[in-house]
Amino acid sequence: MSQRRYVTLDGNEAAALVAHQTNEVIAIYPITPASPMGELSDAWSAVDRQNIFGTVPDVIQMQSEAGAAGAVHGALQAGALSTTFTASQGLLLMIPNMYKIAGELTPTVFHVTARTLATHALSIFGDHSDVMAVRATGWAMLCSNSVQEAHDLALIAQAATLRSRVPFVHFFDGFRTSHEVNKIEQLGQDDIRALIDDRLVRAHRERAMDPDRPVLRGSAQNPDVFFQAREAANPFYDLLPGIVQETMDEFAARIGRQYHLFDYVGDPQARHVLVMMGSGAGAAEEAVEELRRQGRPVGLLKVRLFRPFDAAAFVAALPASVRALAVLDRTKEPGALGEPLYQDVVTALAEAWPASGGASGNGGLPQVIGGRYGLSSKEFTPAMAARVLEELAAAAPKRHFTVGIIDDVTHLSLKWDPDFSTEKPDVTRAMFYGLGSDGTVGASKNSVKIIGENTSLYAQGYFVYDSKKAGSVTVSHVRFSPRPIHSTYLIDRANFVACHQPQFLERIDMLQAAEPGATFLLNSPHGPDTVWDQLPAEVQQQIIDKRLKFYVVDAYEIAHRTGMGGRINTVMQTCFFALAGVLPREQAIQQIKDAIKKTYGRRGESILRQNYAAVDASLEGLHQVPVPAVASSSLRRLPPVAAGASDFVQRVTALLIEGRGDLLPVSALPVDGTFPTSTACVEKRSIALEIPIWDPEICIQCGLCALVCPHAAIRMKPYPLGELNNAPAGFLSRSWKGKEYADHAMTIQVAPEDCTGCGVCVDVCPAKSKEVVRHKAINMQPKREHLERERRNYEYFLQLPDVDRTLVNMDTVKGTQVLLPLFEYSGACAGCGETPYLKLMSQLFGDRTLIGNATGCSSIYGGNLPTTPWSVNAEGRGPAWSNSLFEDNAEFGLGLRLALDQKRYHAEVLLRKLAPELGDELVRELIDAPQETEQELAEQRQRVAALQQRLGRLTSPEAERLSAIADVLVRRDVWIIGGDGWAYDIGFGGLDHVLTTGRDVNILVLDTGVYSNTGGQASKATPRAAVAKFASGGKPARKKDLGMLAVSYGNVYVAQVALGANPAQTVRAMREAESYRGPSLILAYSHCIAHGINMETAMTHQKDVVQCGLWPLYRYDPRLAHDHGHPFHLDSHKPKIPFRDVAMKEARFAMLARSSPDEAERLFALAQKDIEDQWNYYEQMAGVERDIEQQMREVQA
Amino acid sequence: MSVDLSTRYLGLELKNPLVASAGPLTGDLETLFRLEQAGVAAAVLPSLFEEQIEHDEREIHRLYEYQTESFAESLSYFPEVADTRVGPDGYLNQVERARKSLSIPVIASLNGHSEGGWTRYARAIQDAGASALELNIYFVPTDPDMTAQELEERYLDLVAAVRSTVSIPLAVKIGPQFSCLPNFARRLVESGADGLVLFNRYLEPDIDLERLEVVPHLVLSTRFELGAPLRWIAILREHLTASLAASSGVHQPDDALKLLLAGADVVMMTSGLLRRGSAYAATMLDGIRHWLEEKEYQSVAQMRGSMSRKNCPDPAALERANYMKALASYTAPLDAGPA
Repeated sequence: MSQRRYVTLDGNEAAALVAHQTNEVIAIYPITPASPMGELSDAWSAVDRQNIFGTVPDVIQMQSEAGAAGAVHGALQAGALSTTFTASQGLLLMIPNMYKIAGELTPTVFHVTARTLATHALSIFGDHSDVMAVRATGWAMLCSNSVQEAHDLALIAQAATLRSRVPFVHFFDGFRTSHEVNKIEQLGQDDIRALIDDRLVRAHRERAMDPDRPVLRGSAQNPDVFFQAREAANPFYDLLPGIVQETMDEFAARIGRQYHLFDYVGDPQARHVLVMMGSGAGAAEEAVEELRRQGRPVGLLKVRLFRPFDAAAFVAALPASVRALAVLDRTKEPGALGEPLYQDVVTALAEAWPASGGASGNGGLPQVIGGRYGLSSKEFTPAMAARVLEELAAAAPKRHFTVGIIDDVTHLSLKWDPDFSTEKPDVTRAMFYGLGSDGTVGASKNSVKIIGENTSLYAQGYFVYDSKKAGSVTVSHVRFSPRPIHSTYLIDRANFVACHQPQFLERIDMLQAAEPGATFLLNSPHGPDTVWDQLPAEVQQQIIDKRLKFYVVDAYEIAHRTGMGGRINTVMQTCFFALAGVLPREQAIQQIKDAIKKTYGRRGESILRQNYAAVDASLEGLHQVPVPAVASSSLRRLPPVAAGASDFVQRVTALLIEGRGDLLPVSALPVDGTFPTSTACVEKRSIALEIPIWDPEICIQCGLCALVCPHAAIRMKPYPLGELNNAPAGFLSRSWKGKEYADHAMTIQVAPEDCTGCGVCVDVCPAKSKEVVRHKAINMQPKREHLERERRNYEYFLQLPDVDRTLVNMDTVKGTQVLLPLFEYSGACAGCGETPYLKLMSQLFGDRTLIGNATGCSSIYGGNLPTTPWSVNAEGRGPAWSNSLFEDNAEFGLGLRLALDQKRYHAEVLLRKLAPELGDELVRELIDAPQETEQELAEQRQRVAALQQRLGRLTSPEAERLSAIADVLVRRDVWIIGGDGWAYDIGFGGLDHVLTTGRDVNILVLDTGVYSNTGGQASKATPRAAVAKFASGGKPARKKDLGMLAVSYGNVYVAQVALGANPAQTVRAMREAESYRGPSLILAYSHCIAHGINMETAMTHQKDVVQCGLWPLYRYDPRLAHDHGHPFHLDSHKPKIPFRDVAMKEARFAMLARSSPDEAERLFALAQKDIEDQWNYYEQMAGVERDIEQQMREVQA
Repeated sequence: MSVDLSTRYLGLELKNPLVASAGPLTGDLETLFRLEQAGVAAAVLPSLFEEQIEHDEREIHRLYEYQTESFAESLSYFPEVADTRVGPDGYLNQVERARKSLSIPVIASLNGHSEGGWTRYARAIQDAGASALELNIYFVPTDPDMTAQELEERYLDLVAAVRSTVSIPLAVKIGPQFSCLPNFARRLVESGADGLVLFNRYLEPDIDLERLEVVPHLVLSTRFELGAPLRWIAILREHLTASLAASSGVHQPDDALKLLLAGADVVMMTSGLLRRGSAYAATMLDGIRHWLEEKEYQSVAQMRGSMSRKNCPDPAALERANYMKALASYTAPLDAGPA
């Protein structure tokens, strides 16, 4: 028997370890929160880690989950052991194949991180709505409740599927289990080997498709036999529960941990029992233990094998004394009599209780109530579990209820006691508030590993991230305990709270979770003598009231001094160990250093040395702060949103921003997921340390700074000179250069609290001082020195009148930048390469645009609560935005177009019908007037206003119908937006189809060449030789040429653009695409942190990317495809820089040159050939005459 | 009768005085082998740059840490590559392989950055088997509060620290910018240098007039640079018993001969070999040999230093007079013109 060891890892790794060991073909596709299982498998195979059969599993990335399921199906049919990992919509995409795989009795296990299905909104978090949607597929469903179980049951599922031939969904809760780091006992390879029976593997192979013994499978059947054939598999399902239990018993005999189909814990004479599955069982078990200590006869039944549901085993697992059951479902099935587990329990009791001789006092069935909890990772605590058990004891318990929310609409919710706690005094409960960029989470994970792997203590870490990519706040919840930790809920009684960023104290009520007498550690530039006066009064009062032990350390100073830059993780971790007393101080420091070596050893000696130096310097900088008796500060915590925000924002958005969204009752939320736009402007996050400051004397008014700003945080506006009369002191301006706005002044203004400090604007600024060349027209300067003045200036700037759109020259870059952005202050990464395109689109067309947005980065920074950057102009017009799914975005966008066209068609029919009453001329103009220019659009809006007035005087049904749709007579744009993962991979089929419809849609692909949102997995847009996840050895194949595929249709407008390389070409392409009344496709080069580049200079770097030929610029305009026209126009020059020279400036390529120089040489050479071949092809295309029949559907009736 | 070209440098017995100095040709095993075939007596490998190592380590570390653990859907952005080849291992392997493959001495070169770095890497280079170590020291002072003495002390401390760490022969390569070179040279030797390499050539700044950016670049040396090592080797020879290597401006056999006459133990070449190819080393040696034979010298040892300041007929010509005379010769025609 192998030596088993204790390791600390998360649920994903725990499951993937077994999956990789027991499979031969692994088809993967990224989806949160399952992506790490695929990434780990890919990484292990990349370093030739072998499975138990002595081979390295073949890990292949597919174009979608549907593709992954298809590939697995095929691999299984050909006799390999095969698996995949997924969640949520991904699992839904696998359903068709799942029916097939089960119908063919094929052994496999899909490992699923159970995640919310998108309904009124997408959610990446955990519940059982996805797995419940596959309960009819014929798959066995086995649920793990913890990290250890995710490891153990992964093996039990694999062993049982081979024994039973029934495929398994092995699932565990997304994030709560998949991302929780916990100390577990790792199975040895021979443990895994022992459970997998070679004879069964052989039997699987013998059933495989093979020309030496050919069979037909997947036939089409007729009414005569299909039914019988479907019933033929029944015995396999009948035997399955027994097989699973046998496997569990065998596992227990070897390993020592005993599982059952249903595991009961609690009072053997319990009268009230909870029934549930998933991570919530950890919290529920703690509640049961606590209530039993109080003498309550309660218990918990954990469901492990949900399908097939073994009614007899279920009843047998219950104590005979049980009188009432509360079944908790982590899903919602609107309209059903109850959620799935509830319904199964009711049915099981009805069928099996009498037969079991159910020993209830009067022989009747126990009462059953059912409730929902924990949707989208909503907290589920022991207090909530206790409340449900209390409900069972009530005289008339609610038959259907919810717990964990306040339902003031249908009043289903149970009110729980927030003071009920099961936390034990000997457990260290620490919370660390940090920024994503300061390394707090990494250090917390390290601390969990240090304790988990080097001491007898148990350790648990769970990490909460906010929805922003730039300046995101992280909260690490860490427990150390002498006992295994099953506390599957956040800490709300911390005995240690660390604030790694002093500015958080102004915005976050972090000491609310500190228990009396706890330790509070603050990173602050202020020393122990002065820091007290820097705290908001609320914080001072909490420290006094709770008698907190208060410590301060200047972690940034120490980090800077020791070469760590902004990474304060090591300093704060050292201080934590010094204060928390989990280990003796000397031992702790040695352990930290050992962990540093383990974590960063591969990064080089200098990295280790600076970390060691930071450890050594930390303790001398750590000071206890004497706490005065009274709070004396004049500082107050800042309000979450600015005064004057709308009622909805004040009531709802403000709480979300404060992190108190859990307190909102049901009535506060929209019933259908509809939210107001223009809300990012209320969220002043103030995350930049430096902001751009304008020097008007040098400025040449080119507008590039505003154009490239990813956050619309630097803007240009001309305004009448007279406006300056009321300007605040220090408001800078100069005369407008140009004829459009004679006698106007202009200002370039920073939004100081919305800027992320990325510095891209300064990098692209071409105007340099004649005397001091490094001084430009804008320069990054410390925010604290400018904040007050620039805040005033920006307020003034915003209220200056916006330009009249009908006067703007939109052919120039400068012209576009005086237009109001209707996309502002997004939470995208600092320096994001995607958002400038969206902002430009919003400036040009936002007031008449509907947006269908594919799931991905742009849907997250575009539509993740609490706020949205999509905004409105002074008239209240702006982009209407919606996200349907990842895979269907082109079709969704087409649907928007179809509806608009149909409505316009209907409006024209009604106009003609009502012409006698409305006036022939108005009707004719409404139908026929051109709407190409801003002037023409403005005139049409006036006509529609006049129409509405006249309709108001009419009473006919036609008039009412027309009034409802008349707005569509003003031209509407449809923009279909998404990344390359959508356009090239999962959504390509739909995108391709939409291009063939001839309909007027504009497709904007923000092409980063990777799945950026899920962390940089390769897509078909990934260039050859680039290192990405799922392509860690360098992408072997050439990038797909999506643009030329579209060009091949002839009647699709296609452009390839790069804003940083040629902004004028980007503007031109966007305007041409929008003006073309057929399908348009714009491929927009978008740099991304996953390229491994300096984000500050990334816009400028795009010039190199174009000049080396990696991204040629072109436009294909079908309107030129007639009379010997040349519709394909190359906008960039022949490549003049070697690919290698540019590649070595991007880590995605340069890393390959480091790690595999020979392979890099080979792939770089191939990439250079790709470039030359592509250029050659494009050059020839530019000379080709086309004569394309215009196939656009003309809307005119 | 054949001329004895052998010489001693840093205590190493060399078959001739031609050494390939640090450059692209000595960074590759194949070209090193060709240089050996062409007859060079020793080769100095390109420098291990501590600053570069640390820069690479920091950049890779930053790449892996940047934006990680910030957002729930993307806890990282790059796959962990098994071997990013940071640190000195690549260089040390190169030293080891060169030593094993070549029969000529292999001199490693080190450019340190931190106090500990010089000694740590010097020891590692010795352990990798280098025949000798050349310290490539440069420091561009920008602080007006720093005195020349302080700067020199910095060099001396560093040499002493490395000397106390390694036992292999130690050369120090410096630039010509010291105000009192003979004194400084002697103190370098007293601090533990077995020889001096005169002189280092630096990356020179330039300005791009279009972009208004400073663009550093390295140009190949020309014969006009020969004067500096010639002068200072001639002057230093009488004061130092330590080895002297001439570097900068050696392009033809005559250049080498002049430096040997001035007192150099070896002459080093990079630019000349880069321009003409590694086989040119044989031409150089033929030229040296031919001159010695023609002038009936028996050995390099015989002629080495015979034109040093001490031994040359007109020592003043190596000093200020050299400049005065040049001026005089240019102005003479005017003064002496027809009345």
